[in-house]
Amino acid sequence: MLGLIDYFEPVTDNIGLFADAFLVTLEICLYGATGSLLLGTLIAACRVSPLPPLQRVGSAWVTVFRNCPLTIVLFFCAFGLPEIGINAPFFWFGIIGLVLYTSAFACEAVRSGINSVSAGQAEAARAVGLTFIQSLGTVVLPQAMRTVVPPLGSVIIAMIKNSAIVGAVGVGGDLFSTYGTLVSARGLPIIPVLLGVAAGYLLITIPGGILLGVLERRVAVAR
Amino acid sequence: MTATTPPMIRMAGVNKHFGSLHVLRDIDLEVDRGQVVVVLGPSGSGKSTLCRAINRLEPIDGGTIEVDGTPLPAEGRALAKLRADVGMVFQQFNLFAHKTIAENVMLGPVKVRRMGKQQARDAAMTLLDRVGITDQAGKYPAQLSGGQQQRAAIARALAMRPKVMLFDEPTSALDPEMISEVLEVMVGLAEEGMTMLVITHEMGFARRAAHRVVFMSDGEIIEDAAPQTFFTTPRSDRAKDFLGKILAH
Repeated sequence: MLGLIDYFEPVTDNIGLFADAFLVTLEICLYGATGSLLLGTLIAACRVSPLPPLQRVGSAWVTVFRNCPLTIVLFFCAFGLPEIGINAPFFWFGIIGLVLYTSAFACEAVRSGINSVSAGQAEAARAVGLTFIQSLGTVVLPQAMRTVVPPLGSVIIAMIKNSAIVGAVGVGGDLFSTYGTLVSARGLPIIPVLLGVAAGYLLITIPGGILLGVLERRVAVAR
Repeated sequence: MTATTPPMIRMAGVNKHFGSLHVLRDIDLEVDRGQVVVVLGPSGSGKSTLCRAINRLEPIDGGTIEVDGTPLPAEGRALAKLRADVGMVFQQFNLFAHKTIAENVMLGPVKVRRMGKQQARDAAMTLLDRVGITDQAGKYPAQLSGGQQQRAAIARALAMRPKVMLFDEPTSALDPEMISEVLEVMVGLAEEGMTMLVITHEMGFARRAAHRVVFMSDGEIIEDAAPQTFFTTPRSDRAKDFLGKILAH
């Protein structure tokens, strides 16, 4: 028992560092999830809109960001954005990259939900005189919710794990960077530190999954 | 009283293809204000497409369509505005599944006409009373019978105070015992002078309420006559054949 406590000393001795890092990762995830969901829904709206130019923008967006590695997208944000005059802390470039990348997946999840709503619903909405945006917002998307929560949940959980790559690319101060600080710089043993880092991620993803289950049941009832 | 008022619906030289299938062939059709026109024809004759083309749920390939003198606008705000004035009732009802019956009827007035919620609710209740389903106002569409759903759908369309009503086979998805309750509502509308274009197989309705019967076959309008004339002395062989089949039993 005492051995186990000793084994995790690299974590327990640095629990403050872990806590701060956890909060930074949580912050990245909250901004990332909000941004990805909003942008993903917007891109999905473009893809199902009656305007061909918007449809093309939407499908080009998905093609680019779904097919490029996240690391490349992040590097483009970190080095490309300053070149076109956009300067910000790397923290924000990391979030922008994560949102661009994840929005492509969120878009496809939302679009599959939109396609699950019968075409008659949108036709009736248009026949009543609702504009495209009104019919999407008040008739189609609310009904798409019940099929869209599980796949969207998977997209967000994948994004939470991808936030480690944002850390690896250089945000600093997040959960993944703790590994570098403690192991590479201070020479502490790898495995207990990694276990501590992993526990931090699980502390976000597992409650996240439970929350999704609750949400899924709630939208399933509301029909 | 000098200028003649335009017809409520005017279609001229309308053509439409689905791939290689020519579903509407040079359609010319006018429906005057207050007129009730029933469109008959075998399935696949293009009647549904004709109906859906009028509020541009189906875009056409050629020709012109005007509603109350205004040509159908392209996709956008102007089209939404025009659709608000054209009531549509679908074969499958298409009530908004996630909203109650009252909310279904209120949605258009609130979102499109910017009517206050309370005023819209009062108006909705009046309409639901008129179609005889006030007691269903708080329920969801799936909890209603087909006949009740279709009456709710008619109330939803009427809530926009449309200039014209389109009915796309409104009783075809109903059990036989529910057909008459929907037809009663439609006859009532016709008697009040609503302009109506009705796709239906209900000959009784055509006889009772229609001013004109239009017969379609293979995407063309073959006959256009008063109901009495059409049913007793159809001119074309295709109409005779069609009437023979549906009136045989």
